[in-house]
Amino acid sequence: MADSGPDTRADVGAPAAATEEGAAVSVAPLAIETREFNLWYGTFQALFDVDLKIKSGIITSMIGPSGCGKSTFLRSCNRINERLGYVRTTGTIDIMGHDVLADDVELLQVRKQIGMVFQRPNPLPLSIRDNVLFGHRIHHAGEKVSKSDEGEIVEKALRDVLLWDEVKDDLGGPATGLPLEAQQKLCIARLLPVKPAILLMDEPCSALDPKGTEAVEELIWELRGDYTILIVTHNMAQARRASDECVFMLLGKVIEHGLTEDVFLSPEDPQTSDYIEGRYG
Amino acid sequence: MPTRTTGETSGSSGVALDIDRRDLAWYVDKAVAGLVFVAGISAIIFIIGIFVFITREGIGFLTSAFDFKEFFGSPAWRPTSERKATYGALALIAGTASVTGLAMIVSVPFSLGAAIFIGEFATGKTREALKILVELLAAIPSVVWGFIGLSIMNPLIIETFDVPIGLNILNSGIILGLMAAPIMTTIAEDALKAVPDSYREAAEALGATRWQVTRRVVIPAAKNGLVAAVLLGVGRGFGETMAVLMASGHSVNMPTSVFDSVRALTATIAAELGETAMGSDHYRALFTLGILLFVVTFVINLTADLVVRGIRKR
Repeated sequence: MADSGPDTRADVGAPAAATEEGAAVSVAPLAIETREFNLWYGTFQALFDVDLKIKSGIITSMIGPSGCGKSTFLRSCNRINERLGYVRTTGTIDIMGHDVLADDVELLQVRKQIGMVFQRPNPLPLSIRDNVLFGHRIHHAGEKVSKSDEGEIVEKALRDVLLWDEVKDDLGGPATGLPLEAQQKLCIARLLPVKPAILLMDEPCSALDPKGTEAVEELIWELRGDYTILIVTHNMAQARRASDECVFMLLGKVIEHGLTEDVFLSPEDPQTSDYIEGRYG
Repeated sequence: MPTRTTGETSGSSGVALDIDRRDLAWYVDKAVAGLVFVAGISAIIFIIGIFVFITREGIGFLTSAFDFKEFFGSPAWRPTSERKATYGALALIAGTASVTGLAMIVSVPFSLGAAIFIGEFATGKTREALKILVELLAAIPSVVWGFIGLSIMNPLIIETFDVPIGLNILNSGIILGLMAAPIMTTIAEDALKAVPDSYREAAEALGATRWQVTRRVVIPAAKNGLVAAVLLGVGRGFGETMAVLMASGHSVNMPTSVFDSVRALTATIAAELGETAMGSDHYRALFTLGILLFVVTFVINLTADLVVRGIRKR
């Protein structure tokens, strides 16, 4: 990674190019790398010395009982945690080789690279079309984008999330009026026109019924390869079905990180097997 | 109160159950419920009572001496004229409207700006301190504002604009704008606060700056509440009496510029009612002005309320 670093940096906007770069030097490029990352909410320490290497282009799931720091970790990667105002951190988080916690980092650029899907679908109180275009318009503020270009962007994004056929006749309708499952898909769709490299998903299915969960999981699987996906879930079956690698966290510490099947079938740490077998959590 | 032992009726369990026993808490609850009911409907009773009173005092004028064309079409408010008293309220309406209008021009940008700063940009101690200050500002008595208009604004306007008198629309409009600003700020800030934080979070995660979040998400979502805030500010300006009486110059006059002195509806009532004979045409005409004020402020407040309710229904 170190020697391919500068080149990867030049290509941060294109995950596919980064993958080729990585293949050339036969080192899997890292999407997210943290070193001794600690985080406090006020005086409460939520994360302890987290060292994680999340690989590009695959789906990594994060599991663990409530309050173990999965969501906190996720929300640290795009620094959305800082909205709270009483968050303090030490250590580093590198996204595509850039230290995003550095003082001179423009949050806007960081968040352009990293899309986030929240626990509850949170479409903006705008039309479906404006929701999809929201991020794109923000990152192209001041530029004139023609109506037909916008139409293409909307159609592509909605097709990518398998929502186009459902909403194509009502693009001007309010996004908040859609069923929850469609809202969550829309929340994924609005990330795509910004062309992020990484998608962070914070229990994206927890507000959905089983059918909606299945549909969104299918979608996440479709997006695999085009995006690096880090998904937090409470649902172990989901983690097992829908991820390549799996991270198990407990009380703010990373206990285990490996291929999903290894973590589930032959966990190294007894705490992991306890959790997977349902002894706590 | 007769208490019945219900051992024989409580079935096979054999537990004694005083099923109809009323303890102290029951009586306290009923008493409190009654008290808050009275307090609750008293607002309605008072409003109806005030309306009935004003109408009763003014109705005599409306049915006898009232001339619709004169009242709304003539600027000649000469209730004490010996030859022929005329009751043209146009100049008073224009006075109130011009002062309120200028007040809104002064107040709306300040208030909405302050609300957006407090609600969306300021954090922690700054935000709390500002909120308290704004509420303090709302508590300043109107006579103090009037005093500021008389003793500070008046010479300032005369000197700055080189006009003969500083008690005019400009003076009272600025004073009234400053008076209406705190209430508008508070209500507008409440409207912004009612916008779910998940919207802000979603927009910020997409990379939007604070201002982009505010302009593209929060303000559209809070639109109705903001409109209501402005309307309530208008209502406040419309009904204000003392400060306008002191700062407007109080001369019956159709205004042609902001440096003209005017007289407001409210100020007219306040200044003249004490000198009229009860039951006279003049007395009743003043109550008719009162009816007009009441109806206008009622409509403004009702509109504001309906606008806010519109946001909730969606």
